[in-house]
Amino acid sequence: MPINRRDFIKLASTGLAGASLLGTGLPALARGTRPPIGRVVVIGGGYAGATAAKYLRMWSLGAIEVVVVEANQQFVSCPLSNLVLGGSKTINDLTFGYDMLKMQHGIQWVQDTVTGIDAAAKKVTMLRGELSYDRLIIAPGVDFIYDELPMLQSATAQSQIPHAWKAGWQTVNLRKQLEAMPDGRVFVMSIPKAPYRCPPGPYERAAQVAYYFKNNKPKSKVIVLDANAEIISKKGLFTKVFSEMYAGIIDYRPNSAVIDVDVATRTVKTEFESVTADVLNVIPPQRAGKPAQMVKLAHQKAGLNNIDARWCEVDFLSYESKLASHVHVIGDAVSAALPKSAHMASNQAKICANAIVQLMAGLAPEPAPVFANTCYSYVTDKSAMHVANVYRYDAAKKIMLSAEGGGVSAKPSEQEGEYAVAWAQNIWADTLT
Amino acid sequence: MLKARTLLLMLTIIGLNLPMIVIADEANKEVTNQEIQALQAVKLLHVRGLAASCAACHGTGGNSIKNDNTNNIASLAGMNATDFIAKMQGFKSGERAATVMQHHAKGLNSQEIIDLAEYFSAQTLRIAVPLVSQTLLDHHAN
Repeated sequence: MPINRRDFIKLASTGLAGASLLGTGLPALARGTRPPIGRVVVIGGGYAGATAAKYLRMWSLGAIEVVVVEANQQFVSCPLSNLVLGGSKTINDLTFGYDMLKMQHGIQWVQDTVTGIDAAAKKVTMLRGELSYDRLIIAPGVDFIYDELPMLQSATAQSQIPHAWKAGWQTVNLRKQLEAMPDGRVFVMSIPKAPYRCPPGPYERAAQVAYYFKNNKPKSKVIVLDANAEIISKKGLFTKVFSEMYAGIIDYRPNSAVIDVDVATRTVKTEFESVTADVLNVIPPQRAGKPAQMVKLAHQKAGLNNIDARWCEVDFLSYESKLASHVHVIGDAVSAALPKSAHMASNQAKICANAIVQLMAGLAPEPAPVFANTCYSYVTDKSAMHVANVYRYDAAKKIMLSAEGGGVSAKPSEQEGEYAVAWAQNIWADTLT
Repeated sequence: MLKARTLLLMLTIIGLNLPMIVIADEANKEVTNQEIQALQAVKLLHVRGLAASCAACHGTGGNSIKNDNTNNIASLAGMNATDFIAKMQGFKSGERAATVMQHHAKGLNSQEIIDLAEYFSAQTLRIAVPLVSQTLLDHHAN
């Protein structure tokens, strides 16, 4: 693959040199026999970015060169990570490598942190090098906003009060705090105003901690401070779970935005009250991840997060940014009025890849994309419930709209708990192999 | 008129399994509009994108992972098209019991169900096994 015909790439400095460039998993005829029709750089190796990279390679039959830039060496799944708090999974059950994805699809990989993006020059700068692109996909996930709660920004504060809203060491930390907490004490968690990553996730978290308490520390309580006026996802189901399955354990308080935190005493303040916790989990408000904020634009303020200064406006046929041509944004960072879920991130990645293969051949993207979302929440170690919906492009409104027939489970069940395991195994394989 | 190289890309887009040899001398040879129009790429692009959405639960190309649980998710790869249509129409009408599939089937139109049936019946069924997980490294951020 004649990657070194490129001017900007600095192989030695970015660690790109060597056998990883050869695309060993591709069919022989798809590699090496013709020059690539262009290069796509993908920033981010989460559900959105990894999926986009794979499907670009698959659907172009190797004709498009794909370079992923990801800071972490491993993929850790947010879906199912609340089960770590409940005690039925460990973080190591949810951690995977990228090797199969790279090898099977001939994806080039740079483990580095993006420091700048110049949309006019079509160039991405990283700590250890730079890359030019024909098209760029930014799949940055979310970034936490600490403007209102600056005391939680430091690593020290977060070791005391983890967000645990990106699966990883903070998830492990929160689990350890719950394990160390004596019975009869209080876990307090707060939920930011929507939109945020994974709408049902906080309610699932409350249920998972309550499940752990019910079986291990039955005198303990879960207080949920929700900035929203009501439960915003699977409301009927979670209301029943909270009031029946976890009666006397979960205390749900709507309209309770956290406005101040005393880190040392784990005390949170809302407009109405002050609550002191033994274990405290504040999920901060969110916006498009940092790489989306650092895109340099001519004549404008930097950043593609033009909606409420938080989310990125895109064309839903291609996921191309409304602010920068040849730059696509996918996943939680997108302003779509749709659930910010792993399945949605995967869908957006595929529609984006489908469109880029067309665009790079000088053809129009598919004009009427349709995709589906399925999202499971566990309420015990085994029992889960879903919300599912099909979404269809509306040509007049130019947005994805909910189709008829969507809905939620009748009730949580162990049968759906097994389907949720199968969902996770399949989306992991779809994303990472 | 399109160049042969572009045509080749269109063929790959619509998933046609043609011989993938591009002879350099022919790469710039022009092909006829009729040949291009015959491809009807848009419909196939649509179904490819839609079928990929099914992969989150049913696996890439409809190859679902088998685990030890009672309730696995069905593989769609290689499924007989008539069976696929009957099942989906059953979910859609409510005649066929389901936990989640009714929410998907009702959102699709009859043509999409037919197109998905054709698409998945043409996929080769492969053995899919769960991904092996790893120990989280100390230096992982977050």
